[in-house]
Amino acid sequence: MRFAVLSFPGSSCDVDMYHALLDIVGVGAEIVSHQDADLNNFDAVVIPTGASYGDYLRPGALAQSSKSIDSLKAFADSGKPVLGVGNGFQILVEAGILPGAFLRNKGLKFRSGNAKLAVQNTESTFTSIYEQGQQITLPFAHEYGNYYVDADTATQLKEQNRIVFTYEDGNPDGSVEKIAGVLNEQGNVLGMMPLPERAVEEIIGGTDGLPLFRSILKNWSEKNVNHA
Amino acid sequence: MSTMHEPTAQQIKDEKLYRQMGMTDEEFDRAVEMIGRLPNYTETGLFSAMWSEHCSYKSSKPVLRKFPTEGARVLQGPGEGAGIVDIGDNQAAVFKMESHNSPSAIEPFIGAATGAGGIIRDVFSMGARPVALVNSMRFGDLTDERDRYLFEQAVAGIASYGNTIGIPTVAGEVQFDNCYSKRPLVNAMAVGLLNHEDIQKGIASGVDNTVLYVGAKTGRDGIHGATMSSAEVAVDKEEELPVMQAGDPYLEKLLMEACLELVKSDALIGIQDMGAAGLTSSSAEMASKAGYGVELNLDLVPQREEGMTAYEMMLSESQERMLVVVKQGREQEIIDLCKKYGLEAVSIGKVTDDKMLRLTHKGEIVAEINADILAEDAPVYYKKSEEPAYFSEFQAMENEEPAVEDLKETLSALLQRPTIASKEWVYSQFDSQARTNTVVAPGSSAGVIRVRGTNKGLAMTADCNSRYIYLDPETGGKIAVAEAARNLICSGAEPIAATDCLNFGSPDKPEVFWQIEKSADGIAAACRTLNAPIIGGNVSMSNEVNGVPVYPTPTMGLVGLVHDLSQVTTTSFKQAGDAIYLIGEAATEFGGSELQQMIHGKIFGKAPAIDLEVEATRQQALLKAIQSRLVQSATDLSEGGFAIALCEKAFDAEGLGAEVTVTGSAVTALFSETQSRFLVTVKEELATAFEAIVTDAVKVGTVTDQNKIVITGDNDAVLIDGTVEEFRSDWKGAIPCLLNSEA
Repeated sequence: MRFAVLSFPGSSCDVDMYHALLDIVGVGAEIVSHQDADLNNFDAVVIPTGASYGDYLRPGALAQSSKSIDSLKAFADSGKPVLGVGNGFQILVEAGILPGAFLRNKGLKFRSGNAKLAVQNTESTFTSIYEQGQQITLPFAHEYGNYYVDADTATQLKEQNRIVFTYEDGNPDGSVEKIAGVLNEQGNVLGMMPLPERAVEEIIGGTDGLPLFRSILKNWSEKNVNHA
Repeated sequence: MSTMHEPTAQQIKDEKLYRQMGMTDEEFDRAVEMIGRLPNYTETGLFSAMWSEHCSYKSSKPVLRKFPTEGARVLQGPGEGAGIVDIGDNQAAVFKMESHNSPSAIEPFIGAATGAGGIIRDVFSMGARPVALVNSMRFGDLTDERDRYLFEQAVAGIASYGNTIGIPTVAGEVQFDNCYSKRPLVNAMAVGLLNHEDIQKGIASGVDNTVLYVGAKTGRDGIHGATMSSAEVAVDKEEELPVMQAGDPYLEKLLMEACLELVKSDALIGIQDMGAAGLTSSSAEMASKAGYGVELNLDLVPQREEGMTAYEMMLSESQERMLVVVKQGREQEIIDLCKKYGLEAVSIGKVTDDKMLRLTHKGEIVAEINADILAEDAPVYYKKSEEPAYFSEFQAMENEEPAVEDLKETLSALLQRPTIASKEWVYSQFDSQARTNTVVAPGSSAGVIRVRGTNKGLAMTADCNSRYIYLDPETGGKIAVAEAARNLICSGAEPIAATDCLNFGSPDKPEVFWQIEKSADGIAAACRTLNAPIIGGNVSMSNEVNGVPVYPTPTMGLVGLVHDLSQVTTTSFKQAGDAIYLIGEAATEFGGSELQQMIHGKIFGKAPAIDLEVEATRQQALLKAIQSRLVQSATDLSEGGFAIALCEKAFDAEGLGAEVTVTGSAVTALFSETQSRFLVTVKEELATAFEAIVTDAVKVGTVTDQNKIVITGDNDAVLIDGTVEEFRSDWKGAIPCLLNSEA
């Protein structure tokens, strides 16, 4: 299985994702520049965190004018998995691939640390290895992590079981419905503010992020074995 | 700002206009004598910048010579953008600390941010990938609105730069004292990694090689920053404030990636950051170091504003700019490389063999001065040094215990002192885990990152207790180094090198210069004994408000090598049943202590004593025990003494507490700041092996699962009995409470 790590100028944590995928999860991974974003040869696309375009205007806003967003949308429409973490989630929202918008954290400050999350949906391709309701801890680091959707959308997200992760530590940044991670309608695009690639080794931040990548790999493998 | 009609050389002399640029009469006369004529306006500007304290170290040079700068691991000592030490496997650590105090006093967000930006450039200009940031800051005690503003904004500024560029901040320290009111200290340190063959130097050699300008355009910001940084900030005279240089971490990210690709090219001759004194210092220093000259056509310098004069371009401190010398004929490939990162690279001049820094602008030669004269021949001052009257008074005082009524209340109050309280409010604003190599994030003794692809780690820390240094600079200087080294030891790292950031008042005050000299003696002695050569640093003078200097604050940044990541140790208790050991006995030493300041509102008396031989012996023994995996947790005793260290070990250890017994006077046992002491925990079954290595360790108690801190004294008297939760809430809530914001 081959992952593209789609990198924009300022996507400084592309290397974090690359190492997590290649060295730890053990899948193929390549950092793909947004300039030559031919995603056709990949089985999954990950948009890493960082500060694309310096977070100017709004985090994620300037990336949507990159040509690569068209190929990303086509890739997402094809049903293959797309994961955006941190700034990658913000890019997916700004590009209209996921619903909602991001406000500044409720405390009006950049915050980093470890977030306690509950896994709300284990049916998705990203979370099938987790237990339903499982409590996990993932690092986070953001200033605009306050996820907002209007009440109707929030209801819809709940009804369609698209809320994958919720904050279980008091939701300090103020996200609607404590949302930490959310799916698109098709279920093949996940955006999340916590950073699973920072929790794939005991020595750096625990291993609670590992099942997420393994879920993607497992579901891809099963599909491709069936097709073989 | 634009100077359409610059004064003539004669006017500069007659009207003593050089004084406005910070030059003294003697310095101007010296410059005239060395070039054999009167300098014009631009040339006078070059002299004033290059001969500023910031660029020339003219007042501090005699002091800096005291420092040990060599060692088996040292690959590059002071004099380049950053120092370099070998860490084995053909790899090296590159680091330096720098101050941005004056800018931070004026515009704290921008000032602190550009401080981080500048030190990051210093590291990647050596060819190294910056992998971690450390900071050290000082503010007034947060009772004043301006000081709260300075604190909040400086933290946000330093966070914004590091977070955006994607380099983790893994360690730091903040202390509060009203001597820093309205005159904060903001010191930033960057640590990088490289392979030996990638080491770069800032040199301009080889006749006709090309000088390229890479990065941001030059504007009229930060003109004369280097001179300003060596002067007292007039906090009440806002109209005199210079235009501050602003930072752009996004641009620096692009510049960093371009430079790290550039250093792999054999077309590259030399590279240097345009830091303090911008184009002037980079061109003059690169030429002087190489023994060549540099000719620049200022018409070609990318400019952000119209009508800039040669003077303005040369003295601008616009950020995110590099000067790069490449082989003649290879310019285009470097220009193309930069373009890939969205950066402009422009050929603005060439290397010559006549050692002159020659500037042309609009077809005329506007400056022509020997580069060595600018870079090397600044006057060296042997400033008058005089022991201040207070010193002998303090030395004559007996060591006395402050009168304490309620021990538990005192402990609570100490935990709420901002210097001791949890700095989570600060470090939660830093991304400490970017690059996914952070093994120990802020909140323990030192930050630790792994060296990816190896089993090694780098530990880093910054420290300086300026109260001790004020009371007794030589002793305090020793303690600053020793304490930083203790932080590394407690993390399982062997100290390998140091950087310094010498923050003082005006060196023209004999009492201040005495503080500088004496603290340097102490630092030098400790660096020798503890095997931490100083490989680079920075001097910041004239940190004064209304003529009153801050406490002498020579901040020490130390880097240690973790030989095996499984040896990394942290502050927190690990499990109930472990034995708690105290290394080092308490004496009645409260001079400069947090307790003394809290009770008396001032500091006096003798600083705590330190015996460097004892220090070294204990550090080595403890490191050996840690490396032998005999130690579960380790922390050194610092501000607030034993009781504070004990509490800190419990705060992040869920459900654990401690029961300990101390002897002798309770106030001394709990709160004295006697040096060279550690508090460690050891598994019961390893106690004998541990005691055999750390022979002066004394078992004082046990880690419990009771979630309580219980300290008993002589005759089973209960001195402290409280829940971890109540102490933790004092400690965690103090700074947010002072800032009146949510925790």
